[in-house]
Amino acid sequence: MAQLTMIEAIRSALSAALEKDERVLVFGEDVGQSGGVFRATDGLMQRFGEARVFDTPLAESSIAGLATGLSLQGFIPVAEIQFFGFVFEAMDEMIGQAARMRFRTGGSFHCPIVYRTPFGGGVKTPELHADSLEGLFVQSPGIKVIVPSSPYEAKGLLLSAIFDEDPVLFLEHMKLYRSFREEVPEDFYTLPLGEAKVVKAGKDLTLISYGAMVRTAIKAAEIAAQEQGLSVEVIDLRTISPIDTETIVTSIRKTHRAVVLQEAQRSAGVAAEVIARINEEAIYDLEGPVLRVAPPDTVYPFTLFEKEWLPTEQLVVHQINQAMHA
Amino acid sequence: MSVHAPVRELGYLRVIDEEGQVTDSSLLPDITEGHFKQLMERMLFTRLWDERAIKWTRQGKLGFYAPVAGQEAAMIGSEAALTMDDFILPSYRDVPQAVWHGWPLYQAFLYSLGHQHGNQIPEGVNVLPPQIIIGAQIVQAAGVAMAFALRKEKRVALAYIGDGGTSQGDFYEGMNVAGVYRLPLIVLVQNNQFAISVPVEKQTAVKELAKKAEASGMEGIRVDGMDVLAVYQAVQGAVQKAKAGEGPTLIEALTFRYGPHTMSGDDPKRYRTKELEEDWRARDPIIRYRKFLHTKGWWTEEDERKVETKAKDEVQAALDRANQFPAMSMKALASHMYAKMPIELADQLIRQDTKKEVK
Repeated sequence: MAQLTMIEAIRSALSAALEKDERVLVFGEDVGQSGGVFRATDGLMQRFGEARVFDTPLAESSIAGLATGLSLQGFIPVAEIQFFGFVFEAMDEMIGQAARMRFRTGGSFHCPIVYRTPFGGGVKTPELHADSLEGLFVQSPGIKVIVPSSPYEAKGLLLSAIFDEDPVLFLEHMKLYRSFREEVPEDFYTLPLGEAKVVKAGKDLTLISYGAMVRTAIKAAEIAAQEQGLSVEVIDLRTISPIDTETIVTSIRKTHRAVVLQEAQRSAGVAAEVIARINEEAIYDLEGPVLRVAPPDTVYPFTLFEKEWLPTEQLVVHQINQAMHA
Repeated sequence: MSVHAPVRELGYLRVIDEEGQVTDSSLLPDITEGHFKQLMERMLFTRLWDERAIKWTRQGKLGFYAPVAGQEAAMIGSEAALTMDDFILPSYRDVPQAVWHGWPLYQAFLYSLGHQHGNQIPEGVNVLPPQIIIGAQIVQAAGVAMAFALRKEKRVALAYIGDGGTSQGDFYEGMNVAGVYRLPLIVLVQNNQFAISVPVEKQTAVKELAKKAEASGMEGIRVDGMDVLAVYQAVQGAVQKAKAGEGPTLIEALTFRYGPHTMSGDDPKRYRTKELEEDWRARDPIIRYRKFLHTKGWWTEEDERKVETKAKDEVQAALDRANQFPAMSMKALASHMYAKMPIELADQLIRQDTKKEVK
């Protein structure tokens, strides 16, 4: 099995999808000739032809609009928004249009679109590239939101997203693109949407996260084990809309304590939703309040300050200790 | 003439004048007498249905409604130039085109009343439900047109927008992408002079909206939107061009809505004069076309009565059918949120049922 980076795994998934089904189209800014600003689509236009993998004008709303129209006519568009911060320009088409299509037409039309987009902090990007804006989409009914945490996860989840019948926002954390390799099958495989995964078993506390913060969570769990002898269970949500409540609650019933970690600014986000669900489903299993680790409610900061702003392993360990002694 | 009269810079296509006289016989469409009559039947039917709908809205028998009187030539003429295979993306006022393109009238009434079934477009009917976010239909239409081009199907996508809509970013983005890929797209701008209350000269400094096509490498043409044959000819030409792979066209149809923007409280007296309204009513598309048909000997009193009876019966029957349609349920609504209902949504429905019991 090949050792792939996440960007290679994503390319492998796109290639497998294009090969498997003629309805799949891949397009966006710089996606064709140059193979994408991160080379996610490198060589795909050359291999599958410009009718299936193509460059679009620099206009996000028309990229998403093309996706809507093409999907209405039976194609499976995989549209790239070059950076997640540019998504504001496309939001009407995504959540005002495609996400509502099945509902507003009572099932007459639906939009099986995947919007892929890089995001995430710690890679020294200019403004509106790194921001974690997923909360806006998690609040919007009709669109699923996936955030893979590794190369293997990325390929399997992306293939599921492409062949899912609903619109899916697929968020690719830039820090994960090339930071490590992992065994990724060359063949077509899928991983289930809407299912969280226990990535590290434990019995003292449940640490819930998604995306690049899963790596931070695992490191924090390791530190807590070494320093305090704590056994921390780590859950990777993988899909943040809809959220897999069952996996979370099952874990809480075992550990009775929890911390939720997100890279997005603090309020009204995924962590808040997870905590609300724990309260609704498992409050009597808790031995203390569920705590959040998240940056403050500011705009994503300037490059020279991002290290200070982003959650660190140490901060997570601190909150684990708080939760243990609450 | 008022400032709203067509500016002649680009020129504009006109086949019959206000007196129903043919301006240039070479411009007459090459269609049968039956087809000529059908344009009249549909315009008249639409006018009568509009009158009913306005009345019913006032009586609370219908919900959201945007009156169409004055725009029948632009609406009926453009739809008539399509084949049923072509795809229409209407905006909120473009209900007649969607209905003549296969959307059942009772469903259009259910749409007005606020029932999901209104938008359940029957299989094989090539229309989307009316668009509310003005401009969104243009970028989507580019996508639909791209699908036809990729499959090498001889079909076009026709998106309707108004004068105000041409200020939207999506209007340009959709045309721009259609220009780049030479997509079989037709954008029909019904320039009815006012976007709710804002006159077109405050909407844009461009005197002729058709010129906005140039910036995206599209052809832009203007037509007398009160002349059903001019609209038909312009769209017909654009369809042929698109189906020959020669790309998209923007058509600006100069027209006027006699009534308010919608029946939800708009008062045109606040923003336009009676003189202006009378000026446009003097160009009425139905009166003019009736005169034309009379000169040909193709339209009789009996034809007129027949359409009146048909409209009265069918429009009433459609409303009755809409009223008899079963009510919506939370479960059925939620079942159309995703292909497969997520567990959490199913759980929320159980809570919703509990809410009912509490009541």
